[in-house]
Amino acid sequence: MRFASRYIAGIFSFAIAAFALGGVSLADQSRLNNATALFAAGSYADTIAAIDEIGVSGVDHAPAILNALSKRRVYLNKTTKFTVYRQGSVYHDFLTSKQLDGKPEGAKSVRVNNRVRSAIKAALGTLELRAKDPATRISAATEVFNRKDVAVLSALEKLIASETVPAVKKMFLDTRAALVLAKGDAAKSDKLAAIAVMKARAKQDAMVALEVAATDTDPEVADAATTAMKSIENWLAVAANFQNIWYGLSLGSVLLLAAIGLAITFGVMGVINMAHGEMVMLGAYTTFVVQELFRAYAPGAFDLSLLIAIPLAFAVAGLVGIAIERGIIRFLYGRPLETLLATWGVSLVLQQAVRTIFGPTNREVGAPSYMSGGFEFLGLAITYNRLWIIIFALVVFASLLLILRYTSLGLQMRAVTQNRRMAASMGIRTGYVDAMTFGLGSGVAGIAGVALSQIDNVSPNLGQSYIVDSFMVVVFGGVGSLWGTLVSAMTLGVVNKFLEPWAGAVLAKILILILLILFIQNRPRGMFALKGRAIEA
Amino acid sequence: MITRHLSSLSDTGSRVFLGVLLAGALYVSVCNLLLPETHALHVPTHVVALLGKYLCYAILAVALDLVWGYCGILSLGHAAFFGLGGYAMGMYLMRQIGDRGVYANPHLPDFMVFLNWKELPWFWHGFDFFPFALLMVVLVPGVLALGFGWLAFRSRVTGVYLSIITQAMTYALLLAFFRNEMGFGGNNGLTDFKDILGFDIQANSTRVALFVITVAALALTYTVARIMVTSTYGKVLVAIRDAESRTRFLGYRVENYKLLAFVISACMAGIAGALYVPQVGIINPSEFQPANSIEAVIWVAVGGRGTLTGAALGAVTINFLKTTFTSGFLAPYWLFVLGGTFILSTLFLPKGIVGTASTLWHRKRSEAAPAGEVAPTPQAAE
Repeated sequence: MRFASRYIAGIFSFAIAAFALGGVSLADQSRLNNATALFAAGSYADTIAAIDEIGVSGVDHAPAILNALSKRRVYLNKTTKFTVYRQGSVYHDFLTSKQLDGKPEGAKSVRVNNRVRSAIKAALGTLELRAKDPATRISAATEVFNRKDVAVLSALEKLIASETVPAVKKMFLDTRAALVLAKGDAAKSDKLAAIAVMKARAKQDAMVALEVAATDTDPEVADAATTAMKSIENWLAVAANFQNIWYGLSLGSVLLLAAIGLAITFGVMGVINMAHGEMVMLGAYTTFVVQELFRAYAPGAFDLSLLIAIPLAFAVAGLVGIAIERGIIRFLYGRPLETLLATWGVSLVLQQAVRTIFGPTNREVGAPSYMSGGFEFLGLAITYNRLWIIIFALVVFASLLLILRYTSLGLQMRAVTQNRRMAASMGIRTGYVDAMTFGLGSGVAGIAGVALSQIDNVSPNLGQSYIVDSFMVVVFGGVGSLWGTLVSAMTLGVVNKFLEPWAGAVLAKILILILLILFIQNRPRGMFALKGRAIEA
Repeated sequence: MITRHLSSLSDTGSRVFLGVLLAGALYVSVCNLLLPETHALHVPTHVVALLGKYLCYAILAVALDLVWGYCGILSLGHAAFFGLGGYAMGMYLMRQIGDRGVYANPHLPDFMVFLNWKELPWFWHGFDFFPFALLMVVLVPGVLALGFGWLAFRSRVTGVYLSIITQAMTYALLLAFFRNEMGFGGNNGLTDFKDILGFDIQANSTRVALFVITVAALALTYTVARIMVTSTYGKVLVAIRDAESRTRFLGYRVENYKLLAFVISACMAGIAGALYVPQVGIINPSEFQPANSIEAVIWVAVGGRGTLTGAALGAVTINFLKTTFTSGFLAPYWLFVLGGTFILSTLFLPKGIVGTASTLWHRKRSEAAPAGEVAPTPQAAE
């Protein structure tokens, strides 16, 4: 009886629709007509069946219908079977998506419950497999992969044939393999092929997909699946190490940025600058101010803000550094412990000054578009901001090396470092060189602040959190050696990241500190210590 | 023997210092306990606690001056020894709470119940027993200083390198004590103490008693440090400070001299911490902050490096300023004042208040008596 009523309703609405227009292809149209009939039948089960019909219909307005349905915005006149859906305040014809003047008379909304809503979600999933944007197609396929939505399998087969984008096609093939394994009733050769695909995928989700196949009744399939799982496991272990190294290098480059300015002031000049962290903080706040100006006056050019902030941060921190050197430090040369105390005082004053001007709370520093997002490389998740910071740190390092090696200021700096009195006798203005060196070190710290503002909170305490780490890096690497600083920053970063999964983040840091304290006992002057008379100076 | 040692206290500075301490202890205790609250000279209990806190800092400053002023070891980790002593005392006070905690658990402190622990960790055993806790107050910082100093001095880590690794030490302890799994109350530390040796910790009389004990501890610390620095041993310490290599070549075991001073200084800092906790009523990991250690160094620098009395004076002065500033509308400017003190005192007052005053005093005396009976004060080198 019920079947008959559906059948009749179907034919009836089909007739109306075919009469109304002939533009949409007949196959699609009949699906929508079936859906109307099912809506009219009225039970939740019928509605779910209708949703499936809409999902496979392939009409352009199918997502609009399904979204409307989930909000109870599909309306049906039970006697005429005339169905509409509403988007915002506009009513559209269900079959043709044509705009209507108003709500037709006697139309009541189709009822929806949670079961229906989840069916809508699933249907939208397959719809997205057909989306225009390749990224949406990939994420939809991933969704299907993870849910093992075997109902999609037949639709997917067709899509694979018509797919042209290689990345999407690969994801579709992977998904098909996962579905074949999940379904379990495929032919042996199909299963073996699917296992091979999963093995090549070599990810955690492939392991999950293979687990079913590993318990297959056919021993050959089960064996193949077990072998594939082992090989994926091995690969994942290797990949985890690569991931750790990557994170370690990323942390190391942050340490390098924070410490490299210190390597100049402490390493080359022998001055303990406890206000070094505050130079980093000044750089970060310069970035904040530049970005605020961009937001206010040139929001379109926001991506350029960091490029502008880099030289400005260098200038601000460098000038403050020169002021500190001329105003305080030059009176304290040869008294390193006093310098330490005086610069600590400077750091307190700077912190409080920034707190008074900008307030004690964190400031929002935005990321330009080229620094957000990321990509995947050999199973490693690589984010653009980390990648840029690594590149940036290396560029800063290289330019410092070049400045020290090839400029006349660099030459004078090295001369003053090695023998101050001899350099003075040769006509080098040691006071000027001191100020410039200190300005350079502070300016580099300011640049580091621009980079750190992208990954850390910009607050008055920003510098404090880096000061102990920076000193550790410089001392570990060997005072006066830029290369030592590079090696030590990267080593500390990588060791830290390898300890973290095993010991937890805080304990890893404690272990690093203890290891460093013990290391300094053995090599009190760091890994790359200066040799000869210079060390006694 | 004893008379010879006591003779090291016969200089003007020591007499004035110990005299002021004695007078202060008498004045505060009498005026708090015997005078009615309405009396003009009455010292309120919160002032007694505050003074007690200052004096604990003074003990820490004297301890630091012993190693920095006389031996040239700039320790940026003395807050660690202070904190460890404080935790040892805090653990005893926690055990005294018994079943009066929020969870009324007779066997475990509140925070352990909160963390669902079933048993007392092994390192908490024994802290019910006061003498054991007292022993730990001295022993734990002492052993840490012994191990750390032995490693550092033996491999001749000196100057700023030593400063930086002591800072790393206290930083590591800070991170460690923040962890709940360590079993020291994590972030919140130890607090909510009820009584000490059966006396209510909030009572006036207990407060005054703690204050008097702190005064006595400061006097004792000062005496020990003074005896050390005026003895032959102290002369060698100063020699190490001024010319370490030369002292070594003269045949002295430099590392042993340094180690002894460092360990004794750490024990003193531990005692200061232990007296600090019952008077302040809380100990938490923030005591280990590297900034605290550096602040202690500035007390010594302002008061006068290598003068002991100056260290104590500096600690009390700076902390008095801090209380005055941070309690009023001037609070946001406190860091300007503190930072400015760091800068100005190193630039213009390298000998500190007491050092400068005594230089002026000696100059005046030598002008009055040009015969030159006063030996010139030796210049302290780095």
